[in-house]
Amino acid sequence: MNSLRKTDLIMLVFGVALFIVLQGLITGRILNSFWQLNLIILCINIILSVSLNLINGYTGQFSLGHAGFMAIGAYVSVVLTTNFHWPFLIALLAGGAGAGFLGFLIGLPTLRLYGDYLAIATLGLGEIIRITIMNIEYVGGAAGFMNIPHNTTFTWAFFLMLATLFIIKNFVNSTHGRACIAIRENEIAAEAMGINTTKYKVMAFTIGAGFAGVAGGLFAHCFYIINPTSFTFMQSFNYLIMVVLGGLGSITGSIAGAFAVTFVSAGLASWPEFRMIIYALMLILLMFYRPQGLFGYIEITDFKIFSRFRGGRKS
Amino acid sequence: MGTMLKIDNINVYYGAIHAIKGISLEVGEGEIVTLIGANGAGKSTTLRTISGLLKPKSGTITFEGKEIAGLAAQDIVKAGISQVPEGRRIFANMTVMENLDLGAFIRKDKEGVQKDLKNVFERFPRLEERKNQEAGTLSGGEQQMLAMGRALMSRPRLLLLDEPSMGLAPLLIREIFSIIADINKTGTTVLLVEQNANMALSIASRAYVLETGRITLSGDAEKLAASEDVRKAYLGG
Repeated sequence: MNSLRKTDLIMLVFGVALFIVLQGLITGRILNSFWQLNLIILCINIILSVSLNLINGYTGQFSLGHAGFMAIGAYVSVVLTTNFHWPFLIALLAGGAGAGFLGFLIGLPTLRLYGDYLAIATLGLGEIIRITIMNIEYVGGAAGFMNIPHNTTFTWAFFLMLATLFIIKNFVNSTHGRACIAIRENEIAAEAMGINTTKYKVMAFTIGAGFAGVAGGLFAHCFYIINPTSFTFMQSFNYLIMVVLGGLGSITGSIAGAFAVTFVSAGLASWPEFRMIIYALMLILLMFYRPQGLFGYIEITDFKIFSRFRGGRKS
Repeated sequence: MGTMLKIDNINVYYGAIHAIKGISLEVGEGEIVTLIGANGAGKSTTLRTISGLLKPKSGTITFEGKEIAGLAAQDIVKAGISQVPEGRRIFANMTVMENLDLGAFIRKDKEGVQKDLKNVFERFPRLEERKNQEAGTLSGGEQQMLAMGRALMSRPRLLLLDEPSMGLAPLLIREIFSIIADINKTGTTVLLVEQNANMALSIASRAYVLETGRITLSGDAEKLAASEDVRKAYLGG
């Protein structure tokens, strides 16, 4: 336990140092506005991939509806900040809570499904959310929601990302997290051990959806306008690619996956047709040479160099 | 000797398939009772119904005087029944230690858990040697030991064993069965499902023979082992 806290502290110090450097680059105008926006998008993508990893990687439930939950968080928070002038943070959390609540309601029936069936159900669900939003006049329908305050700064995105990493990492290392991993490893055995599998699947789904909602809120406040086409199932696939690329069951992997996908996509901004070719190639090569993902189940804190800080690994 | 588990006329379905057709059986405290029968007779289905992985359509299951039919699996584990599932079903990517920890998932008494962990390591020294090893890298026999040790970590009063001999070499089967007999001697009641009827009858006190979802014979294990019908059908002559 003690060594875990110490790792958290080291990661926090490292995170703050990284923030100071990046913020310095931004204030010093060394990074232009294109790369600034991409840094913010990277933080948002990390929140999305890590939260999706909790569902798909750690709990082993194949969900394809992450863009839908992101949309809920985005629309709830923009309505609250634009129409009701709520403080930004409270609006983001409300968006997260809304997405989490919907995740809970939908998780209860759908998580009784297995494998492919769950994937199809969540895929459909994401589309239902998007099309429902498209038909609500109050939020602008297909034309989109306008006049959103430009609240998302690099600082907000970075620290909410750190908070997400901290919470999900601690969840995964808790008894609840172990129960989730046991479900992924072998659902029948987990049930035979007395683990309430439905409860833990719904819990992981709810938490994952909640963080997707927060990320959606951050995403929406980067732009002057959002519309439902930002939240199609292709977006869900993007997050899935990040998770699979980095490794199902590794937070470090999800960060790396988000990094790779965000920057490949930014680098190819002028040739968008090539993106899908590059993603497909990356995944094919991955399946050939490293099917468990770049990091597999391993975290950066598992590497030897960290044990020196902790004074040797407990076994 | 009091009755610990009493199953009365249960019916279990897989969709439209009537798998268990009105089975009744009893397990007394301190006994080893075995269910034998051919593939598809309904042995595993009966065990899964007791442990709550399946729900009976009708009938009652009473454990220590309490009705448990239809309870959720975790409540049945809490009541004191633990199952070693068929095919072992260990958590392959976790270490031996993590597997054992998960066996005690429902328990809050940390000291008791530590004590039981020590007992499991005493019973299965090989698990202690390999406690930091990934469970998927263990041999078949060691995996069976881990599955049994994991089930014991919930400190059950009734242990359900589903085909512990599956896929193991004859010498290992002997070892596993002598461990089962030993677990029973130290106070755990055992309900054992086996295709290897010879081995099962050799350690059990009583037995039930299942055929296509019905009990066709029951009685003293020694007598059943000697009976002509059983010998012909299940013991290879």
